[in-house]
Amino acid sequence: MAFLEIRDLSKTFLSEKGEVQALKDIHLAVENGELITVIGPSGCGKSTLLKIIAGLDNDAEGIVEIDGKEVKGPSIDKGFIFQEPRLFPWQTVEKNIASNFTLRNKEVRDKVKELIQLVKLEGFAKAYPRELSGGMAQRAAIARALLRNPKVLLLDEPFGALDAFTRSHMQEVLLDIWHENKTTMLFVTHDIDEAIYLADRVVIMNARPGSIQKVVKINLPHPRKKSNKTFQEFRHLILNEFEKADELELMDRAGI
Amino acid sequence: MNNKAGWAQPRILVQGKSKLRLKELKGIRDNKWSVFFRGMIFPLLVLLMWEFAGYYQLISETLLPRPSSIFSSFIELLTAGNLLYHFQVSFLRAVGGFLIGGTLGLIAGLAVGFSSKVEHTLDPTLQMLRTIPTLAVIPLFILWFGFGEVSKVLLIAKGAFFPLYVNAFLGIRSVDAKLFDVAKVLEFSRWKQITNLILPSALPNILLGLRLALGAAWLALVAAELMGSSEGIGYLITDARQFSQTTVVFVGIIIFAVFGKASDSFVRYFERRWLKWRESYKG
Repeated sequence: MAFLEIRDLSKTFLSEKGEVQALKDIHLAVENGELITVIGPSGCGKSTLLKIIAGLDNDAEGIVEIDGKEVKGPSIDKGFIFQEPRLFPWQTVEKNIASNFTLRNKEVRDKVKELIQLVKLEGFAKAYPRELSGGMAQRAAIARALLRNPKVLLLDEPFGALDAFTRSHMQEVLLDIWHENKTTMLFVTHDIDEAIYLADRVVIMNARPGSIQKVVKINLPHPRKKSNKTFQEFRHLILNEFEKADELELMDRAGI
Repeated sequence: MNNKAGWAQPRILVQGKSKLRLKELKGIRDNKWSVFFRGMIFPLLVLLMWEFAGYYQLISETLLPRPSSIFSSFIELLTAGNLLYHFQVSFLRAVGGFLIGGTLGLIAGLAVGFSSKVEHTLDPTLQMLRTIPTLAVIPLFILWFGFGEVSKVLLIAKGAFFPLYVNAFLGIRSVDAKLFDVAKVLEFSRWKQITNLILPSALPNILLGLRLALGAAWLALVAAELMGSSEGIGYLITDARQFSQTTVVFVGIIIFAVFGKASDSFVRYFERRWLKWRESYKG
């Protein structure tokens, strides 16, 4: 029994043109502490998949189980990082991280302090979100999710809106956190390099209907180098998968 | 992790530095006193020209008395007349009406904002009543409640009700739906959802409603007092008009203006304190 299990998952949307199959027969088993990246062209349902795992979308067929328990709705077990940081603008960074927990509790206060160090926001505890850069705000959002000790961290293209430099910094931070906490992570992206750089396994998805085409195991030691020969081979392998699906137009959108 | 902390530190340093520089620059530009004086230049100039024009009899003293004679009339009313008493009467009317109307408006706005069922029941009626001008109901209020305090306080309450109602409603309905998803993922209780998400998010609108309600209450007060009363600043004005005491009329108007501005600044003070998280253009 895997830590996170997805079995026979299907999802259809009702639109004006009729039924659209967003996801079809998704099977995936994720081990505890694994870092999985999900990659695919836009419209392949990868974000929908993540929302279903998070319990934000309950209108799907099939079973999602975390630690042996079926997912019924959103909960703090499943940390969710959105594409935008979505911090509460009226609260300081530390209050955003604590959110519905009170900072008057010493335990919470200590944990918040620790997390601020982990995501490298020292000195910004009392800053308001508008004073932060995009990368810093996203790090605060990650700290907010980690405070709840989630069993799984679900990340929906979290670095998609960041510039290339900040993005690779954020990838480093995420790997640091992962090495330190060994949190199971599911990371949705449309960037092939990002997918290979982070993952234990890359899940390749395809559109119409959204389905898993192939799962590629990345057996490279960390820290990885994007210019490395094996890294490039993985890149070609994944590119080939997309070409096989003959989705040239969609590949374009995937930023290849 | 070859460069674990190396990339993070310099970024933060740069941030800290640029923040300091910004503060320095702001200090030079927006000194409190220089802002104050910049605001005073224009009114002082007008007052001076007015005083001289009156002094050299370029304008009629009965139509537009000089600032200095308005001021001496103010001192006279304060010492010999019972200006303070009239002011107190007006003040209590305004506060009473504002508290009744404002509280009801806020409660109704919050209720309608929180529940679409309440919205469907109450909002159409309230929106219809909202379009009736406050001044148009004066005759009706006089017929119902006479010339006494009740009709005046109720008129002010009606003026204060709608700005708060509309803005509280709007504030609650404009909470970012994306933040609601965050509240769901973080497992906020209903209570936390209200105190941590909905109310802070609606606060800018509620405070704006408060300011508009204060203005509307003030307007209703003047209308109520001018329509017939035996005390209050409005009475002072109508009474002085009958005897062509233009200076007293001016004193009354100025009191209305100064107090209106003061009450507005009062709310703005809280706006600045509570909404300092907002990013807005400061010019």
